[in-house]
Amino acid sequence: MLVLIRAVIGRDLRLAMRRQADIVAATFFFIIVVSLFPLGVGPDADQLRKLAPGVLWVAALLATMLSLPRLFADDHRDGTLEQLALAPQPLGLIVFGKVIAHWLVAGLPLVLLAPVLGIQFDLANDALAVLTLSLLIGTPALSGIGAIGAALTLGVRGGGVLLSLLVLPLYVPVLIFGAGAVDATVSGLGPQAHLSLLGALALGGVFFAPWPTAAALRIALE
Amino acid sequence: MSNRVINWFRYASPQTFYPLAGKLIPWFWALAAIFGVAGLSIGFLLAPTDAQQGEGYRIIFLHVPASWMSMFIYLVMAFWAGTGLAFNTRLSGMMASALAPTGALFAFLSLWTGALWGKPMWGAWWVWDARLTSELILLFLYIGFIALQAAIDDPRRADKAGAILALVGVVNIPIIYFSVKWWNTLHQGASVSLTKAPSMAAMMLWGMLLCALACWMYSIAVALMRVRTIMLERERHTDWVRALLGERE
Repeated sequence: MLVLIRAVIGRDLRLAMRRQADIVAATFFFIIVVSLFPLGVGPDADQLRKLAPGVLWVAALLATMLSLPRLFADDHRDGTLEQLALAPQPLGLIVFGKVIAHWLVAGLPLVLLAPVLGIQFDLANDALAVLTLSLLIGTPALSGIGAIGAALTLGVRGGGVLLSLLVLPLYVPVLIFGAGAVDATVSGLGPQAHLSLLGALALGGVFFAPWPTAAALRIALE
Repeated sequence: MSNRVINWFRYASPQTFYPLAGKLIPWFWALAAIFGVAGLSIGFLLAPTDAQQGEGYRIIFLHVPASWMSMFIYLVMAFWAGTGLAFNTRLSGMMASALAPTGALFAFLSLWTGALWGKPMWGAWWVWDARLTSELILLFLYIGFIALQAAIDDPRRADKAGAILALVGVVNIPIIYFSVKWWNTLHQGASVSLTKAPSMAAMMLWGMLLCALACWMYSIAVALMRVRTIMLERERHTDWVRALLGERE
């Protein structure tokens, strides 16, 4: 089981490394969106500090979504996905591996960049730490839930826009607790409760999401 | 026993369900009209004016039933979607897609009437109250379901994909609801509470229940009408549809 998951992760990472432009583009999308907000609302430091958690989290949601179609589309196009579905191992496990690979490629860069972008918004050190931590805990859930949407919209007309329509409402809890953790730190309540709930969402999302995703993939392959 | 089983499944086929639905529709329309007239006349003529909210409260006779229906229809839709996925029945998927627009309509109505109520009562068309926000997200879920089904050309695949989405949505609705609720209460003490005075005049309650029944009957009637259309569209190559349409021409 572990061998299979590791093999899938290794393969997806290798493929991603051959196409680094995609990763870089999604990452820069994140940076640009975040940097646009101060230009839009003005450089007032107090206001920016208040907006920072929400802006960074929404940008993370959008950046994750941009990279979601790639999760299955390439494999679908060249027929790899059908071979994976025919494999004797459960498709859910393979999807689990792909979700983890997607997080390593799309989620982790956002986590690593978050502290730098947080400084732009004049966040205090403890808020920066919590922001990074909340993204670290929360982005796997985004990859997991997003995989369902990616599988449902596979090979569908106007897939990209549709994907955002399906997935963004489901992202609401992650956004609330992720941004809420930082807010709670700033206001002195402590981020413990938010981070625990975020952890629960991430574990639940990554564990359960591969199964509906696998079912949706089988429908798409019919 | 075996007889009963056969009877149940008899109407799982579009061919037998189509005439049955056709017979039922006028009844549900009639019931909707009766309940609607009764509920609205109690609501507008008999129910007393609210001590605090004046006449403006009367929008609840539409608002509350619409909110109830929007949530309930999503559950029914998910139920049909799950049935379709589990038993691979054609009719279940059609029912799910027939219910979705009605559910979206009620979610929208609930938001719209809520805004009309909120302006005189709270002084704002919209507040980020937990219930308003989760109703809005429910509307998004409906729209997503409809959009997904509309984007897939093959109806069988559309049904199944929609079914998975509806089931994922059902699991998520409580999570979304509670997260929005906590988000609101953690941000600030709820500045506006939707919970009204606990003692509601019996007359108001009756009016509301009758209106809810009217909305219920309306939903069934409209869903049956829509499912009949979907049946004809999807089964247009079959003999029974040809025979049916040939008769009319």
